[in-house]
Amino acid sequence: MSSTESALRAFIAENFMYGGDATALAADRSLIEEGLIDSTGVLELVSFLEERFAIQIGDAEIVPANLDSIAAIVAFVASKNPAAEAA
Amino acid sequence: MQAGDADRRAVLERMAAAIVHRGPDGSGVLIDGPCGLAHTRLSIVDLATGAQPMTDAGESLAISFNGEIFNYRELRADLIARGFVFRTTSDTEVILNLYRAMGPDCVARLNGDFAFALWDRAEGRLMLARDRIGVRPLFYARRGPLLAFASEMKSLFAVPGIEAELDLVALDQIFTTWAPIAPRTGFAGIAELPPGHMLLMSSGGAPAIRRYWSLNFPRAGETPHQDERATGEELRALLADATRIRLRADVPVGAYLSGGLDSCVVAALARAKVGAGLRTFSVTFEDAEFDESAFQKTMSRALGTRHLAIACGAGDISRAMPAVAAHGERAILRTSPAPLFLLSGAVRNDGLKVVLTGEGADEVLGGYDIFKEAKLRRFVARQPGSERRPRLLQRLYPYLPRVQSQSPQFLAAFFGASPADLADPLFSHLPRYRTTSRARMFFSAEVKRATAGYDALDELRAGLPAEFARWHPLSQAQYLETTHLLPGYILSSQGDRVAMAHGVEGRFPFLDHRVVEFAAGLHPELKLKGLKEKHILRTALKNDLPPEIARRPKQPYRAPEAGVFFGPEADPALAALFAPETLADGGLFEPAAVARLAAKAQRTSSLGFAENAALVGIATAELVRRRFCGPSLTASARAPRLARSV
Repeated sequence: MSSTESALRAFIAENFMYGGDATALAADRSLIEEGLIDSTGVLELVSFLEERFAIQIGDAEIVPANLDSIAAIVAFVASKNPAAEAA
Repeated sequence: MQAGDADRRAVLERMAAAIVHRGPDGSGVLIDGPCGLAHTRLSIVDLATGAQPMTDAGESLAISFNGEIFNYRELRADLIARGFVFRTTSDTEVILNLYRAMGPDCVARLNGDFAFALWDRAEGRLMLARDRIGVRPLFYARRGPLLAFASEMKSLFAVPGIEAELDLVALDQIFTTWAPIAPRTGFAGIAELPPGHMLLMSSGGAPAIRRYWSLNFPRAGETPHQDERATGEELRALLADATRIRLRADVPVGAYLSGGLDSCVVAALARAKVGAGLRTFSVTFEDAEFDESAFQKTMSRALGTRHLAIACGAGDISRAMPAVAAHGERAILRTSPAPLFLLSGAVRNDGLKVVLTGEGADEVLGGYDIFKEAKLRRFVARQPGSERRPRLLQRLYPYLPRVQSQSPQFLAAFFGASPADLADPLFSHLPRYRTTSRARMFFSAEVKRATAGYDALDELRAGLPAEFARWHPLSQAQYLETTHLLPGYILSSQGDRVAMAHGVEGRFPFLDHRVVEFAAGLHPELKLKGLKEKHILRTALKNDLPPEIARRPKQPYRAPEAGVFFGPEADPALAALFAPETLADGGLFEPAAVARLAAKAQRTSSLGFAENAALVGIATAELVRRRFCGPSLTASARAPRLARSV
């Protein structure tokens, strides 16, 4: 598992699962359909990604294609900041 | 009961004492053979001779009655013309004589908010009945041959053998749909008599429950053309009459004035009947996000009412929550009953015990945002790829910044509708139920075990009438609101319980059954025209209201939430409810997960909907548990049998 993914899973476990186990969450599962993020959750997620991975996310990029699964988020972060793995 | 009359009297007196707040003006007990009745009186009509329990002239009937029969004068005149004799001028005696004339079917003639128990000595039969919409509560419990009943469950706990045990399925229902699904209540082994139902039980027999009224809508596409002007005039006349008969009282009647369209309509119609000097009451919030005081002032000035506004902050709500939970007798997901609890206290201090309110208009005339949301979701689902259609969803919630900042794609994801959703009878409410049910993740392993495999939405679906599928989508959504949330939360937790906490009776012209039935028959476009809510009400009453009120879009009634528990004004005793040791003791919630939620609530000002709901739900469930069940859940309450009890 990449460091981006483990940081992301830890964030999801803490903030959206309140300490629950995020390791079993399939990387391609929709976070919305899993009931893990709502409209407030999206904004929390964006704020976390910007701070943790030193990236800027434009309004047009805040779309499910980029942010609705762990796999999508990992790919999105990598495209925004190829150095994120090392961050 | 096996006990002697003295013991039975003592139990009945304890039952009455438990709800003395509902009727501080007098009390009485009557024992006749196998039946015992107790009553605590809030004197409103016939102050001199209306004491209860009341018997008829022939002493063959006895009644204990909470509420009002608003058409009692017409019924009384009719009965006198038919030779019936009255000893009082009360509405209570009207029920007795109407029962003598018609038997249990008499309820169909009553226009009112009522819960009563009527003992027919000659027939050896007890009748319990509750009003059509569920304004007045009525609970019962069976233990062996005993049937115990009361307006509030705390009375039942005064009966030997009836213990308070939280119903875990009800908790699951609340944490999904905001209310227990009737007849289930927050406590195992205690049922409510559903609105529009009666219960008949003969000595030694089993209770038979019968529905005498139900909410019906025309089939979709089968509403005949309705001239808007003529229909509006008819609606106005009905509302004026509904208000007129709700002003009947031998004490002064005031009105709540939130500043919204509905309460302003009621206050205007009341003012037209009573003239100057109408007293009006409102809550104001320090937080501008919730405050409507400018509109309250506008309306009060326009009507020349004597207005009293009470300021309500997070600290006031915080301190009120334990009493609100104790009166409500179940977990709630919003703090919004608390300001109304404080308001009823102010009304009582001001010397009044009856208020008119605008409650019910949003249900019967299509005012809630959820109706618009459902309409838009269908519109979006018809063209799934559209970028423009989801943007309309932003117009729904101008007061929610987090919705405003979403992309159309996320809006579509949050509010979108799959083909399966579109075919679901609960379509209109699915986003609300799904979001709310996230709060169930805080349940303890024991509660999750006890409710495993249970789905509150399946139970809601199973209870829908056969005709439901043929109704217009707006009618379907209205049915869900009017038959579930209205009695289960709005009229109970946020209505009767917090008003009666201070001996204040709310009266609701929009819930006169003539208005409800008329509104149900209206064409959906007269209610929700495009995205304009309560269209017919605005046009029909526009000459009664200042233009800025008549045009005003709906502002949902909301109150501060997270700050009530953790803000600078919060009562520390409330925050202590989230302490791991408290939660572990109760066994309802997972202490570690709740601790993370509490920590998040303290570090951020923007919790999500489900998180706010969970905070309030956890706190109030704990308050109810501690108030009624003692320090810990009993062993029997932890057993899985609760999953399907009642």
